Amino acid sequence: MSKEIVVKAVDVTKLFGTFTALDKVSLEIAKGEVCCIIGPSGSGKSTFLRCINQLEKMNAGAIWVNDELVGYRREGNNLHEISDVEMSRQRRHIGMVFQRFNLFPHKTALENIMEGPVHVLREPIADVHKRAEDLLVRVGLGDKAGHYPSQLSGGQQQRVAIARAMCMRPELILFDEPTSALDPELVSEVLDVMKDLAASGMTMIVVTHELGFARSVANTVAFMEAGKMVEVGPASQVLSSPKSPRTVEFIRAVHG
Amino acid sequence: MTMPAPQAASLDQKYEIAHLTLVPKRHIGRMVTAALVLAALAALVRAFSVGQIEWSYVRDFLFAPAILQGLQSTLVMTVAAMTLGIVLGVVIALMRVSGNPVLSSIAVGYVWIFRGAPALLQLMIWFNLALIFPTMGIPGLFEFRTVDIMTPFVAAMLGLGISQGAYTSEVVRSGLLSVDSGQYEAARSIGMTQMVMLRRIVLPQAMRVMVPPIGNEVIGMVKLTSLASVIQYSEILHNAQIIYFANTRVLELLLVASFWYLAVVSVLSIVQHYIEQYFGRGSKAVSASM
Ligand SMILES: Nc1ncnc2c1ncn2[C@@H]1O[C@H](COP(=O)(O)OP(=O)(O)O)[C@@H](O)[C@H]1O
Ligand SMILES: [Mg+2]
Repeated sequence: MSKEIVVKAVDVTKLFGTFTALDKVSLEIAKGEVCCIIGPSGSGKSTFLRCINQLEKMNAGAIWVNDELVGYRREGNNLHEISDVEMSRQRRHIGMVFQRFNLFPHKTALENIMEGPVHVLREPIADVHKRAEDLLVRVGLGDKAGHYPSQLSGGQQQRVAIARAMCMRPELILFDEPTSALDPELVSEVLDVMKDLAASGMTMIVVTHELGFARSVANTVAFMEAGKMVEVGPASQVLSSPKSPRTVEFIRAVHG
Repeated sequence: MTMPAPQAASLDQKYEIAHLTLVPKRHIGRMVTAALVLAALAALVRAFSVGQIEWSYVRDFLFAPAILQGLQSTLVMTVAAMTLGIVLGVVIALMRVSGNPVLSSIAVGYVWIFRGAPALLQLMIWFNLALIFPTMGIPGLFEFRTVDIMTPFVAAMLGLGISQGAYTSEVVRSGLLSVDSGQYEAARSIGMTQMVMLRRIVLPQAMRVMVPPIGNEVIGMVKLTSLASVIQYSEILHNAQIIYFANTRVLELLLVASFWYLAVVSVLSIVQHYIEQYFGRGSKAVSASM
């Protein structure tokens, strides 16, 4: 049985000054898999996601996405840092959804979604327009195409942000606490879109505190603490019968 | 109205206000100030009308060919110097925030020098550049005499535009800093290169912050072009001076020039209003007022 690996991180280490934000973090995610990363605030979850799409530069270790080394080009035994243009090319295959949505405020919902495919991938506008409209319908916002982000609720903005990531047709989407900035009653509309996306076979890494979502959608759950990957395993096992006492404690604390 | 209790009758009377008359607050201070201002204005108008001003001259010269040609030169210089100023301002600001220590130092030095010397002085140095560099060009390839290219127009454009660039770069920099870091991350996450990100995402948002001060600078530049009169650039003030040296109607021609400056600035203020609305699209403050 050979499953196709989309993300492979080996001993990823990240320092901020003398502070170790990531300490030899390793993770492997197969195609179509949903991995939820849980852990207390400040444990390095965001930093790890940001290393995967090079918003943060790691100090040691390596990450492969689709078998391509992230951030470096290997020549013999030398690793050469890649150029800005190369970095941008690598990021095209990796979508990202942020806690604070980060929609472009000067563009409408539809323009936000079309921006990447038209101005980065240089696809024909007509094709992209059609695809973007379909995506808006798919995330339940078919009637909001002409709205600016400031005219949308948090939940609607986040759904547009997910559609923006999807329209690039990425092989992987990273979610950094996508529902943490939302009013409680808006959380489920975003989680529903993510469930739909997971069901369609998208490979996803989701940093979240929504253990219910993790239980029902994730294949793998990873628990991080203090920059370390404490425990990784099948969702049911990590959430129901964790091996590490730290994981037990954290899950108990989240459930309150 | 229901009576709560007998002993509350007198209190109820106190809270009965329907029959009372409302007397608005008297703004005595405001009225006095307004009266004083009106009186001062009246005195000023009278002084101008009975003073040594021949209004027929003002009327006649308002559309004189030399004045209109001067007006045109003023507008051309405003556009030329401001365009140079904005281009330099954007480049210098990008160098400053680039994170490249060499470029950043050059940017800091540029602002230090060109903001440090008066614009009039810079203009005169450019005009007299031939004293330092008698010829310019690439030796062996091409070469020309500096006095031939350093015309009043070129000297004024360089002097005004380059010093403007120093100020505008600070406006652009504050605009760049006003854009949320999340915008840079979102732009990168959809695979934008540095250049595309600046052009499509960062600068359009920075514009919202940059337009009011840059509008201010354009208006300032309209008037700053009058400095070019000292190096014989034939803008409106220079031409007005030439006329009054001949006919000695000094004040009349200065008023003619003032009229045109005021007219141009008024039009620009209206244009600025619409530009601000355009770049404010999508922002709450503006969409609420539209
Ligand atoms: N740019 C930065 N500079 C310095 N420290 C940082 C920076 N970004 C994150 N950190 C630190 O790294 C640690 C991990 O942060 P983060 O990955 O955001 O945690 P999490 O997402 O799990 O809450 C935190 O202690 C945080 O303060
Ligand atoms: Mg985080």
